[in-house]
Amino acid sequence: MGVMSMEQPQLLSKIATGDGHGETSSYFDGWKAYDKDPFHITKNPQGVIQMGLAENQLTADLVQNWIMSNPEASICTLEGVHNFKEMANFQDYHGLPEFRNAVAKFMSRTRGNRVTFDPDRIVMSGGATGAHEVTAFCLADPGDAFLVPTPYYPGFDRDLRWRTGVKLVPVICESSNNFKLTKQALEEAYEKAKIDNIRIKGLLITNPSNPLGTVMDRTTLKTVVNFINEKRIHLISDEIYAATVFSHPSFISIAEIIEQETDIECDRNLIHIVYSLSKDMGFPGFRVGIIYSYNDTVVNCARKMSSFGLVSTQTQYLMAKMLSDDEFVERFLAESAKRLALRYKVFTGGLIKVGIKCLQSNGGLFVWMDLRGLLKEATFESELELWRVIIHEVKINVSPGVSFHCSEPGWFRVCYANMDDRDVQIALNRIRSFVMKNNKEVTVSDKNTKHCWQSNLRLSLKTRRFDDIMMSSPHSPMAHSPLVKAST
Amino acid sequence: MGIEIEQSHPSVELSSIAISETHGENSPYFAGWKAYDEDPYHEITNPSGVIQMGLAENQVSFDLLEKYLEENSEASTWGKGGTSFRENALFQDYHGLKSFRKAMASFMEKIRGNKAKFDYERIVLTAGATAANELLTFILANPGDALLVPTPYYPGFDRDLRWRTGVNIVPIHCDSSNNFQITLEALETAYKNAESMNMKVKAVLITNPSNPLGIAIQRSVLEDILDFVTRKNIHLVSDEIYSGSVFSSHEFISVAEILESRQYKDAERVHIVYSLSKDLGLPGFRVGTIYSYNDKVVTTARRMSSFTLISSQTQHLLASMLSDESFTDNYIKINRERLRKRYDMIIEGLKSAGIECLKGNAGLFCWMNMSPMLENDTREGELKLWNEILNEVKLNISPGCSCHCSEPGWFRVCFANMSEQTLEIALKRIRDFMNNKDRKDIEN
Repeated sequence: MGVMSMEQPQLLSKIATGDGHGETSSYFDGWKAYDKDPFHITKNPQGVIQMGLAENQLTADLVQNWIMSNPEASICTLEGVHNFKEMANFQDYHGLPEFRNAVAKFMSRTRGNRVTFDPDRIVMSGGATGAHEVTAFCLADPGDAFLVPTPYYPGFDRDLRWRTGVKLVPVICESSNNFKLTKQALEEAYEKAKIDNIRIKGLLITNPSNPLGTVMDRTTLKTVVNFINEKRIHLISDEIYAATVFSHPSFISIAEIIEQETDIECDRNLIHIVYSLSKDMGFPGFRVGIIYSYNDTVVNCARKMSSFGLVSTQTQYLMAKMLSDDEFVERFLAESAKRLALRYKVFTGGLIKVGIKCLQSNGGLFVWMDLRGLLKEATFESELELWRVIIHEVKINVSPGVSFHCSEPGWFRVCYANMDDRDVQIALNRIRSFVMKNNKEVTVSDKNTKHCWQSNLRLSLKTRRFDDIMMSSPHSPMAHSPLVKAST
Repeated sequence: MGIEIEQSHPSVELSSIAISETHGENSPYFAGWKAYDEDPYHEITNPSGVIQMGLAENQVSFDLLEKYLEENSEASTWGKGGTSFRENALFQDYHGLKSFRKAMASFMEKIRGNKAKFDYERIVLTAGATAANELLTFILANPGDALLVPTPYYPGFDRDLRWRTGVNIVPIHCDSSNNFQITLEALETAYKNAESMNMKVKAVLITNPSNPLGIAIQRSVLEDILDFVTRKNIHLVSDEIYSGSVFSSHEFISVAEILESRQYKDAERVHIVYSLSKDLGLPGFRVGTIYSYNDKVVTTARRMSSFTLISSQTQHLLASMLSDESFTDNYIKINRERLRKRYDMIIEGLKSAGIECLKGNAGLFCWMNMSPMLENDTREGELKLWNEILNEVKLNISPGCSCHCSEPGWFRVCFANMSEQTLEIALKRIRDFMNNKDRKDIEN
């Protein structure tokens, strides 16, 4: 069905026939490898372990318990069905007031109640993916550009550019200062864009950072605010990982800078926050994206655009109930931070034991792993070669830094919160075996000694046919989560 | 607060899309809603308020859904300890839940009396038909290109098809002389019209059954349209969102049936949009689909759906509901009967008030002819009458000009978004209004 002969080729739009969907990025290749050979503790113990998916699965039990104890939060149970009709009928793009109130409260809580959010400024979208696209549509014309510090989430290339025609201009951050965003880097990127005749409309920061897992300090945030005010450009702060911060230094939202910092001048009309429940709560399937703007016109425009990606009222209703349960939320946030901290400690501790360092971080659902010492050459080709080895020999899907537009080769993002304790150990064992097998000369010292790679470390890198990896998979790159709990 | 704060510098520009009016909310279609919002009818607390007859919603069959939910409580579907809740909450694959896609395919088949088959692998999920129509436009046309759309059409298309896409709508004019049917002549005229404006035509977009006409398109017309798009080598989008609201199943012919009868020759250019907002009365759940016979469109649409996925929680619910064959068979049958009953009621009621409607057989509304009542046979005349009806009769109905109808005097009146009692009251108000008008005419 559907295989027809045409007189001439069927014409689709430029958007449809181009590569803007971004799926040719190496970011997705690892997922394809995982899809073909997914790890399962009993059914496929030699399969690829998925560590390329930034999901938060550590607190699922808390949520499940709450769901079972609160049947009235669903409109499909006997306790809640009396609200079914009203919810099913409600398609107002303002969203349920109780939903907006609950989200505003939650956003405030995840910022330690140091700042409050106005429910009337909350606009829904189809996940943060939808939120970013809507923001780009509102703030920039085709051909305009946003500045984005590198390394950044590969999805931005699609979300901000594909259908909008907006460009991304990288702001280079380097390992020499732990990838901190500097005024100099901002100015350089801005000036270069000017020379190239590209109109900059905004700066997009992700704080806490994906893929770094670090939070922006107050000085950097103030630098950012001063910069955008001076250049009269918008600031979009993607705070999707706000509640994944598990230790000091604490997360500082751009909202706090705006509300509290009296020594810097800021035009609030330039400030916009993108948020979502996908990471903090672990609900990516529910598509709860939020745009919070201090600019009335943007709120109005984004709200109209939200018609293209509203949150299902069934979900709004459930979220309203869940996030208004103060006791549950407090407990959830505390427990989540605790479990993330422990997982981070276990994982990075295991890596250190075999001489693998990561960038010091305290948030996100991943670490930014430093494998520069393992590269044959300091090139991206070597990085991809190493990455293929990790996928095919170590059988772990990690994300290569090049897919995040990192300026230096050798860095990899490794997600650790989308599996259980046992599988983390399995992953660590595999890494340990791999390192041991290939490095008999490096001495493994205890946690307190600084490590450095021996320069005569040699690895036998099996070459793989590039085709093996680049075969297209019928499945989406947004793979099923590796629910690695055994059924027995 | 009236204090003017001097702007020290002009505010930073937003995008052209943001400042344009193409979102369409200044149309009279929405002005009526505002009037309703400010003074909504309620049988007890506000019996003289505005009755909303401008919203095409289906509220006649909710009890069937509620009954299903009571008998199939969700709590039982989350498994022991709610473990499958977590799986569901994590599921963000843009292919969508397989069980849901299969259920949708089967439901779409049932609605068409099993006269066409649907392959669940061709179903792409979007958050509502609003998103589906916009998404298809992004895929089929470039900015500046044109879609041909028969008038009168759903006012939302102005936003959905044009706003962010930059694509133009060129109308295919239909008029009452032949009951607003689409003719080959009208298609050709529209095509030439687009060409003369230097626009590349990329697709014809039809709504079948039609909104606002409330009629299913005849087979011969569909065949003509299919031949036309093939001749011009363009696409055909068939928005079949009201397919389950046809009063008798044999009166609706889907383009899918015609393609099947042609052994899918030239099917690559055809794409169907569907949603559960009208047939199941679930607009809040945002359940839209694109069914395309074109592989590249399916793949691309699927990727684009990342911006507008359906909540996995909702997919889970509907997968269960729509796979329950005894439920769906019963629902489709009863829903049809109730809509027909409502339709008959409003047609009778309007007739007894001296108002004729286009003979319809589908949808949640009727297409009412009030042209004899116009002071002037113009758009202004129509809007004057519309204002009277809104402010004096206290009914929000949709003026034909907001649907781009080329003949003034027609109005779309929704009948399925209220109780029977409220409909009776609305009809009484119309009768009184018409009687008063008659008396005034006699007095003059």
